[in-house]
Amino acid sequence: MTSPSIRAEGLTKRFGPTLALDRLDLKIEGSKCVGFLGPNGAGKTTALKMFTDMIFPTAGEAFLNEVSVQKDRKRALAACGVLIETPEIYPSLTPTEALQMVGKLRGLSDAALADRIPGVLAEVKMGEWANKKVGKFSKGMKQRINIAAALLPDPEILLLDEPTTGLDPRGMAEVRDIIRGLKRGQRLIFMSSHLLAEVSDVCDEVALLNRGKLLFYDTISNVSTQFARGQRAIDVGFSRPIDDATLGTKLAQLTGIASWERMDPLRVRLKLSGGTDGSIERLFSEVAGLGVGAVRFQESASALEEVYMTQVERGD
Amino acid sequence: MVANPVASSSVAAGPQGGGRTAIAATLPGTLDQIVRLTRFQFRDYLRSRRFILMFAIVGVIGLILTSVVGYFRPAFISDPLAFYGSLWGGGVPFVVVLAAVIYGADAIAGEFQNKTGYFLMGLPIRRITVYTGKFIAAFLASLAAVALFAAILVANGAYYLGGNALPWQLGESFILAVVYLLAVLAAAMMFSSMFKTSSYATLLVALLFLIGFSLLQAVVSGLANITPWFVITYANTIIGGVLSNSCENQPGMHTCKVGGGPGGGFSITVNNATIPEGAAIMIAYFLLTAVAGIFLFEREEFS
Repeated sequence: MTSPSIRAEGLTKRFGPTLALDRLDLKIEGSKCVGFLGPNGAGKTTALKMFTDMIFPTAGEAFLNEVSVQKDRKRALAACGVLIETPEIYPSLTPTEALQMVGKLRGLSDAALADRIPGVLAEVKMGEWANKKVGKFSKGMKQRINIAAALLPDPEILLLDEPTTGLDPRGMAEVRDIIRGLKRGQRLIFMSSHLLAEVSDVCDEVALLNRGKLLFYDTISNVSTQFARGQRAIDVGFSRPIDDATLGTKLAQLTGIASWERMDPLRVRLKLSGGTDGSIERLFSEVAGLGVGAVRFQESASALEEVYMTQVERGD
Repeated sequence: MVANPVASSSVAAGPQGGGRTAIAATLPGTLDQIVRLTRFQFRDYLRSRRFILMFAIVGVIGLILTSVVGYFRPAFISDPLAFYGSLWGGGVPFVVVLAAVIYGADAIAGEFQNKTGYFLMGLPIRRITVYTGKFIAAFLASLAAVALFAAILVANGAYYLGGNALPWQLGESFILAVVYLLAVLAAAMMFSSMFKTSSYATLLVALLFLIGFSLLQAVVSGLANITPWFVITYANTIIGGVLSNSCENQPGMHTCKVGGGPGGGFSITVNNATIPEGAAIMIAYFLLTAVAGIFLFEREEFS
């Protein structure tokens, strides 16, 4: 059995004068979860739509399991569960009927559907809505049904475009749990997101896209090590505005602080030169003891966020 | 770290085991998928408000015709051909256009506007399958409306003409109305493929088929003196024509005497489409617009 793969070969898309995706060359192979990161408008959805033949490349080609999507969409998408944007489901259908439609079009037998549909609906916590019409559902509920539809054939490849869009925090956590669970199978998950925490939480690897260009693709641990150089940062929140003089004379003089950055009048980010848990604990008590109104002390965004900001800003 | 030209990685992810369940599925062939999709689309139509709306409109038209005929008792109620020629021949082209507007005009545009297309297009299914499945479902729903209209008129006919007074030409006319339905629906779906907003497609189809083609036909034949063989409203006259016993409405080109009395009346030459000609024009419309519609949908982007 060959491992699942997705491949882009010089994938380019222009919308009039705008270059939405610029010669994307990417090959992902094996069972893993890959986060497709990038700011809004970076070209993530454009790329995913070309992987599913919803839009057509200006140049290049996309392959799923080495079958060209542009040449044979039916065969290419056969092994693939897809969730692009937040699709609407025919409002007169119930979730069960919508999934029956998906299953029937995919060639699943009645027996397989009878077995599988309650399972996937339960997985997305929509079991009790199985026979209610979709028309009255909220966006989040529809998104759960869409996820169920993508999971129904138990696909080798899952292409998910911001799958937690429209979900409440609990729903987002549940979907992440589902995705984590899916990683157990012989399955390749390619998931776009602009939520760094989501990608670092769920994915094994990350591809960063900005302004239509792929900036890098690697494992998250490699990215953190190589780009962020292990530097940690602490966000300190104050109950009252803190001036630069106080910052310079008191805060920045503390041991282990490499530099500081004011985020707003009540928030400062301290970048640490060391970064062990012990040094952070010490710093916590020192900042508290300064009497400058420090009320929040929180580890800053992950290394991935540092990388993201650095790389995207460099691209801009 | 890997960057362009080909970024790749082969790091294996999480633990194996627990894996994917084995689900036996053989991707159905295109025809099979068309049948499956049609079934769901038609079910969607049956449950939709537009289906109730269409039936209500046909019911109201039937009610008006029944009331008018009942109140005025026109002369044609004693002649089966004239009865069906006037009521069916005059009414069914409108019912067909209405059905095409309601079911066909937003069939494709609605997939974009309502974003239901994103649900379908992620599936391993050809675009032509989606288009054909939607066409057949819209055709069946429209046919139900046309059949309802026919049933109302036959019930009226049974009342005025007796139970056995069903001219065979009504069957011929029904078949021609179905061919007209195919043509108008295919054209409606072609226009639907041009837009991503249902209202534009609906407006265009309604304007074209209710006013545009008739106007074009009048201009072409009246002002330019050209036989408007390329206009579908020229062709659809055969639907009523096969039932008509009045010279002016019968298919083909011929001279009719109009009027009478002391002046002796006058002769006019009418140029109606013949049955083969009308049928050929409608079939040509169906084929050309169906191919054009599929061509457009194959190139439409879900952007």
